[in-house]
Amino acid sequence: MTASLLTDSVMAGLPILSLLIFLPAVSALLVPFLSSNNRVRWFTFVVLFADFLIASWLLLDFDNSTADMQYIESLTWVPALGITYKLGIDGVSVLFLFLTALLGWICVLASWNSIKERLKEFMICLLVIQSLMLGVFCALDFFLFYVFWEAMLIPMYLMIGIWGGDNRIYAAFKFFLYTLAGSLLFLVGILVLYFEGGRTFDILALTHGQYDFNVQAWVFVSFLVAFAVKVPMVPLHTWLPDAHVQAPTAGSIILAGVLLKMGAYGFIRFSLPMLPDASQYFAPLMQILSAVAIVYGGFLALAQTDIKKLIAYSSVSHMGFITLGLFTFTMNGTSGAVIQMFNHGITTGALFLFVGLVYERTHSRDIPAYGGLIKVIPLYGIFFASFLLSSMAVPGTNGFIGELLVLSGTFGVNNWAAGAGVFGALLGAAYLLSLYRQMLLGPVSIPGEAKMWDLGIRELCCAVPLLIFIFWVGLYPKPLLSILQPTLKQLLGQIMGRGL
Amino acid sequence: MSEVLLKPAVVDLNAVTQSVVASGPEIIIIIGACAALMLSLVHHPRQNLLLAGFSVLMITLAASMSYFLADYPQSAYSGMFVVDSFSTYFKMMLYFSTIMTLLMSNSFLSKENLIKGEYFVLLLFALLGTMLMVSGTDLLIIYIGLELQAMSIYVLTGFLKGDVRSNEASLKYIILGAFSSGIFLYGMSLFYGLSGTTNLSEMAVTLSTQDFSDPMLILATLFMLVGVLFKVGAVPFHMWVPDIYEGAPSPITAFMSVAPKAAAFAVILRIFMHDLLSLQPIWILNMAGIAVLTMALGSFVALVQKNIKRMLAYSSIAHAGFLLLGLVAGGKDGMASIMLYLLVYTFMTLGIFAVIILLNKDAAVGEPIEDFSGLAKKHAWLAFMSLIFLFSLAGIPPTGGFFAKFYVLIALIDKGYVILAVIAVLLSAVSAWFYIRIIMLMYVHPAVEKEAIPIDLSIRIVLLIATIGTLMTGLLPAWFLGFAADSLPFGFS
Repeated sequence: MTASLLTDSVMAGLPILSLLIFLPAVSALLVPFLSSNNRVRWFTFVVLFADFLIASWLLLDFDNSTADMQYIESLTWVPALGITYKLGIDGVSVLFLFLTALLGWICVLASWNSIKERLKEFMICLLVIQSLMLGVFCALDFFLFYVFWEAMLIPMYLMIGIWGGDNRIYAAFKFFLYTLAGSLLFLVGILVLYFEGGRTFDILALTHGQYDFNVQAWVFVSFLVAFAVKVPMVPLHTWLPDAHVQAPTAGSIILAGVLLKMGAYGFIRFSLPMLPDASQYFAPLMQILSAVAIVYGGFLALAQTDIKKLIAYSSVSHMGFITLGLFTFTMNGTSGAVIQMFNHGITTGALFLFVGLVYERTHSRDIPAYGGLIKVIPLYGIFFASFLLSSMAVPGTNGFIGELLVLSGTFGVNNWAAGAGVFGALLGAAYLLSLYRQMLLGPVSIPGEAKMWDLGIRELCCAVPLLIFIFWVGLYPKPLLSILQPTLKQLLGQIMGRGL
Repeated sequence: MSEVLLKPAVVDLNAVTQSVVASGPEIIIIIGACAALMLSLVHHPRQNLLLAGFSVLMITLAASMSYFLADYPQSAYSGMFVVDSFSTYFKMMLYFSTIMTLLMSNSFLSKENLIKGEYFVLLLFALLGTMLMVSGTDLLIIYIGLELQAMSIYVLTGFLKGDVRSNEASLKYIILGAFSSGIFLYGMSLFYGLSGTTNLSEMAVTLSTQDFSDPMLILATLFMLVGVLFKVGAVPFHMWVPDIYEGAPSPITAFMSVAPKAAAFAVILRIFMHDLLSLQPIWILNMAGIAVLTMALGSFVALVQKNIKRMLAYSSIAHAGFLLLGLVAGGKDGMASIMLYLLVYTFMTLGIFAVIILLNKDAAVGEPIEDFSGLAKKHAWLAFMSLIFLFSLAGIPPTGGFFAKFYVLIALIDKGYVILAVIAVLLSAVSAWFYIRIIMLMYVHPAVEKEAIPIDLSIRIVLLIATIGTLMTGLLPAWFLGFAADSLPFGFS
């Protein structure tokens, strides 16, 4: 208690969220002046790890008992237009801050040797992306949010375009233009809401506003386009496989781990609480789209022979669970969805990491070319298997908790969608187990007769924390749920209390 | 009798002194231009540097005079000329872009081996013309300013005498420019016929009782608008833009895409948004159509351009379309958004043109987009600055280009033009494609030539200022926004 009082008094004047957000970006300014590549790697790692420590401290220090925004910072920015620099976090954002910060330093480790060209620029990109992603989860001003949200396109575009695979330019353009078009419509929606809400960009103030159903419906559609591209929801998902396949490992981890979550986060932060009537009105449509995504993504994944593509389509399917859970408006459904967002970040991040590790060794992503890896690199096999099991939602892993909650929330609300969810989970088992069988079991086959070696210390450092979270959330999800509960309770209250 | 004759003479003398003081900056520029002409006769090995330095000095003098005059808003030359915060805002922008152009010209002129004093003289006269345009409150003054800057730029466009493209551009510009000036003049004379005056404020009083369905009034309004829309490069009066942008010497293209454009918008704002605002119902629908067409044509045609200057020409057309949307929105926000947009546009356009001048090996070769290939490997900082300019042109935060567009959108949606806003954002997503294509060239493609480009000090300054300006307008827009909003036409409520 005394310790916390002490830290309270010290921390009171410290803009901790700004520190968290801008530490990586400001450090990026120093990177050009570092002399050797090794220093660049270590420097980036240390910065992002420090950032991770701040995020962990936030998670521990976070007050679970209230749904109010915490650590609020507010500065005037453009007073003439009602734009402020306002930050703050609630139970949902603090979780994603932690996830983002965790994946940040893992990305550095994952790119340690695989990035050989323009290492400095790469690390600068990584640092800037990190800042912008953290900013998205903290922003309480729509303008500020939009700046973070949109500015992220720049480093992400460069990352895919410069360090990606053979078809990277096409993938980068597709990613950029899809997201940009979606975001710009989102901007128009924001501006409409700005005038409806009395010329303010303050997210909290806008959340408490009451809007006509017509306004709500149109704004919902404009938000939907932006978020559906990011999530991605069928039919706006086609950029994802290209971007994932072409992006370097760190890019894939960031894309799958954090960027996709931003779409769902947008629904939680904006669409649901600000536009409750429209959310209720569109909920059946959203449930159907989610169910389609779950099944369609699953079938597509089943047909892939490229590991990254398979995981990319499995993401489409898994993200379907998230949007499905959100739009059930039940406590189980929404908390399952948020848990699943966290899980998906960890699990899919880990899967892309492991695909990257094996790609580093063999330079092949062709599933049939592999076989019997578990005999060659057993440690790798065990870890990879655990991540696949988690992705499959086997009981005891984090995926199980999320999917179970989502499905239990969906039954009763929309049985067809829930049925599709169950079917999707079965499909997931099919393609993930088949991936496991083809790559790790059977006679040994290594593409190109490449030299193989098992996980090194650096690689273990990335894998172990992710593994811990998979089982921790799987076996004892209560701490996570208790952080989320007050925020989600308030969210549901906002939807149900005012809706219909 | 003699008393009556004497009295006005005394008053006139005061008025003349006051008028001379009010037009001090213009007089300084005229003196500067004439002195530069004399100086160019003195042969000196570093004549270019001398003339450029002298011109910069004169412009700085004029700028400081404008700065002091800004505190004393006044009408001069019996209501033909005005010094107000609106004109000061634009003049500062014009001084700035001319100085930047001069700084850019240095290395270009020596590369092209063009040591000619007229270059600087004409540039100063062009500046003077644009200054008269923004300060004029009488159609005659505005017309004189318009012609003065146009004449100077006609000559400057053809300055590369050995280059066919330059000659062709100059000729095309003269023919089309003269044609558009004629239309503008025709509109003016119709207005004179309707109101009996060329003075804008008197005209406003006379026309306020006019019937808006009068075909003569509609014709007059449209003719005058066509005249200025030509200068802005709006569809369907855009045909000249690509050829002239491509043919003109690169620093002149840079100048042309910012200064006369800003001045033309100042004229539009002063005439159609302030004095003759009552005519709005006549043109507002046309303007919305023109804005959308301009944006669409600029964005789509830019996609297929192979020459960087042509591409930027179409991009400037697209930006003009976006600016016209601010005009459609109107009101305080609409006007301020145009003024802010022009400022941001000045920063980013001058910046990207400075890069083009650096990359340009020889005007005769042309300026293929591939010049940018592999720039990031050779010059990391130069590539990074170009990246900022290009993302700003594409309107991606946190650059100024985003905030400029954002503010126009605010103005539009405030007035209920949501559909126009949606069209605008979708078209700007289209236009993002060709900007980010260049970024891909810089960062992904291998360099065509390995040798490094020499970057002289003056261009370094231009690049640095442009980068800072582009970023600051995006990160801390409040100050620039306040500046623009405070400079709305004198008496605008």
